Amino acid sequence: MKPENGVSLEARNLTRVYGRGSEEVRALDGVSLQIRKGEFVSFMGPSGSGKTTLVNLLGCLENPSSGELDLAGRKIFGNGKILGEQGLTRIRREVFGYVFQNFYLIPTLTVRENVALPLAFYRKPGIDGEVERLLAMLGMEHRMNHLPGQISGGEMQRVAIARALVNRPEILLADEPTGNLDTKRTEEIGEILQDLNRNAGLTIVMVTHNPGLDRLGGRHIEMCDGQAFER
Amino acid sequence: MISKFQIAYKNLLRKKARTFLTLVGIVLSTWVLVSLLGFNRGYENALNRDIDNMGYQIMVMAKGCPYEAATMMLQGGAGLRYIDESTVNAITTKPEVDKVTPILMQAFFDPDKGDGGGIAGYYGVDVATFPGMKPFLRFYQGGWFRGATADEAVMGYEAAELEQRVVGDMIIVPEKNVQLKVVGILDRTGTQDDGTIFVPLKTLQRISGIDKITTIGIKVKKDADTTKLEAALYQLPDMQVVSFSQVKQTIMKLIATARVMVLSIAVIALLIAMVGVVNTVLMSVLERKHEIGILKTMGAMPGDIFRLIWTETLILCTSGGIVGIGLAFVFARISDILVRRILPYAPGGELVAIDTKLSFLTLLIIVVVGLLSGVYPAWKAGRVRPLDSIRSEG
Repeated sequence: MKPENGVSLEARNLTRVYGRGSEEVRALDGVSLQIRKGEFVSFMGPSGSGKTTLVNLLGCLENPSSGELDLAGRKIFGNGKILGEQGLTRIRREVFGYVFQNFYLIPTLTVRENVALPLAFYRKPGIDGEVERLLAMLGMEHRMNHLPGQISGGEMQRVAIARALVNRPEILLADEPTGNLDTKRTEEIGEILQDLNRNAGLTIVMVTHNPGLDRLGGRHIEMCDGQAFER
Repeated sequence: MISKFQIAYKNLLRKKARTFLTLVGIVLSTWVLVSLLGFNRGYENALNRDIDNMGYQIMVMAKGCPYEAATMMLQGGAGLRYIDESTVNAITTKPEVDKVTPILMQAFFDPDKGDGGGIAGYYGVDVATFPGMKPFLRFYQGGWFRGATADEAVMGYEAAELEQRVVGDMIIVPEKNVQLKVVGILDRTGTQDDGTIFVPLKTLQRISGIDKITTIGIKVKKDADTTKLEAALYQLPDMQVVSFSQVKQTIMKLIATARVMVLSIAVIALLIAMVGVVNTVLMSVLERKHEIGILKTMGAMPGDIFRLIWTETLILCTSGGIVGIGLAFVFARISDILVRRILPYAPGGELVAIDTKLSFLTLLIIVVVGLLSGVYPAWKAGRVRPLDSIRSEG
C-alpha cells in the first residue's frame, strides 16, 4: 500500500461514542486531520481528552461511530463502510507497527523470539535478517538470547520497538511509549524514535504525557474534550 | 524464526506446576483407558485361546460331574461320575464329529502337598487320540508316553516347576503308592494344561481301579452344524453336554458387569482430565488476554489465535497420552494382577493386551477429546479484541 500525494492518513469528522442514552460518552468529536508520509506527529492532552481513542481509530484498532478515514488514498471507514476484525487485522499488519506503554513482551520467549513474533503470523515479502538488523540498530544484539525478565525497562521498550518494526510498517503508532520509564530511558527512547523518523523516513504518531517527548515531534496536536487542536 | 508450535510450547512452560498437574491428569486417564481397553481385548483373546487350546469344542460327561479341573480340585476330587467307554463309539459315528478322545479325571489326597496336604489331580488321556487333538502342544523336555499302558507321566510346565521335576524323575501317585516315570514336560501354554499331570488312560484306570471314563472331548468338523450335534448329544441318556461357545458366553456375561463398571471409571477419568484441560487452557487464555490482544495488533488473525491455543491443548494431550501409554506398557503386568483379583474367572495368559494398534487408538481418543476440550478456550481467545489489551487513558 503506497501513499498517494504524500498523505498517509486522512481523517474527516471522525467521531467515537461509547455507551448509550444518559451513559453516552463522546470520546472523539468530529476530528479532521491529515498526516503526511514521514511526519512525526505527537498528541498531548489530559486524561480523557480522546488522544488514545483517536490514535486507536487512526491505527485501525477499532471502528469509528461516524466519520471517514482514508489510508494512503484508500477508504478504510466512511460512507457506511465498517471493517470486520479480519479486515482490520489485514490493514494493521500491512501498514502499522504499535508500541505500548506496558511493552507486552512474552516472558517465556527470548528477546530475539519476541522481535520475531509477528513473523509467525504474517511476513512481508523480502523480510530477511530483519530481526538481527533491528536488534543491532537498537543496540540490543548482546541481549538477543535473554528473557524479558533479565533486561531493564528501557531495553524492554527497545525490544518492543524492534518488534513493531520487524514487518517494515509504514506508520509507527506509539501510545505512551515512555510511560513506564525513568528520565534517562525516556530520552534514549525519544532519540530512537527521532532517528527512525529522520533517518528511516518512518511516519510516527505518538501519544504522550511527557512534554520532553512532545518536543521531538514535528507536529504537535493538543487534544481536549474529544477535539484536536493544532499547536 | 519462531513457529506457532514453539510459542505454544513455551507458553505451557510459563506456569510449570499447573501444566504439570494437568499433564498428570491426562497421563492417569490415558493409563486407565489404555489398560481397560487392553483388558477388554486381552480377556476375550485369553478366553478364546484357552478354549481353542482345549483342542475340542464340546465335552460330554455324566450329569452332575465337574468338567473342569479347578472345580474337581475344589470338591476334593469327590463328585466324579463315570460313563462307559462304549459311549465314545456312539459319538464317533455322528457325521459332524471329526475326532473324539476319552478322558479320565482322578484326584488323590497327597499329604505331602502344601501345609497339611492337598489334592493332586491326574488326567488319564488316550495315547492314540489325545496328542492329535492338541497338536500345538510343545515339549520343554522329553515327549509323549511310549505305550498305552506305560507307568509314565507327562507334566505341565508349572506342575513340573512346582515339584521341581525333570524328565527321568519318578513321582508317586498318592494313596496308591504307584510310581510313574516322568517322560515329558510340556512347554508353558498359559492354560490349565500347565498345572496338569497327564497319564495314559489305561494306566490311570488300572491305578484307580475304575475302567470307565469321566469325559469325552469332541472336535467338530470344520463348517459342521455344532448346534445340530449338540442336540443329538443331548439325546444320550444321563449325559450333559458342555459346549465351549456356551461356556465362553456365560463367562463373558459374568464379566460384562465388571467391564461396564471399569469402562465407566475410564470415561469418568477421561471427563476429569478433560475438565482439567479446559481449566488450564482457559485460565491461561484469561491471564494472557493482553498478550493475545497484542498478537492481534501484530497481525494475528482470529484463526491464528485459535490454532495457537489449540496447539497448546494438542501438546498437553499428546505428551500426556504418550507418557500414559508408556506407563500402561511398563506396568501392564501389575494391571494384569489387579484385574485377576477382581474377576470371577480369569483365563491363563496375558489378560491386559496392549499393542501398537490399541496404543494409537487410545492416543487418538485422548487427542480428539483434548482438542474438543480446547475448542471453547481457543474460541474465546480468538475473540479477544486488540483494544482489550490497551490501557486507555486518553
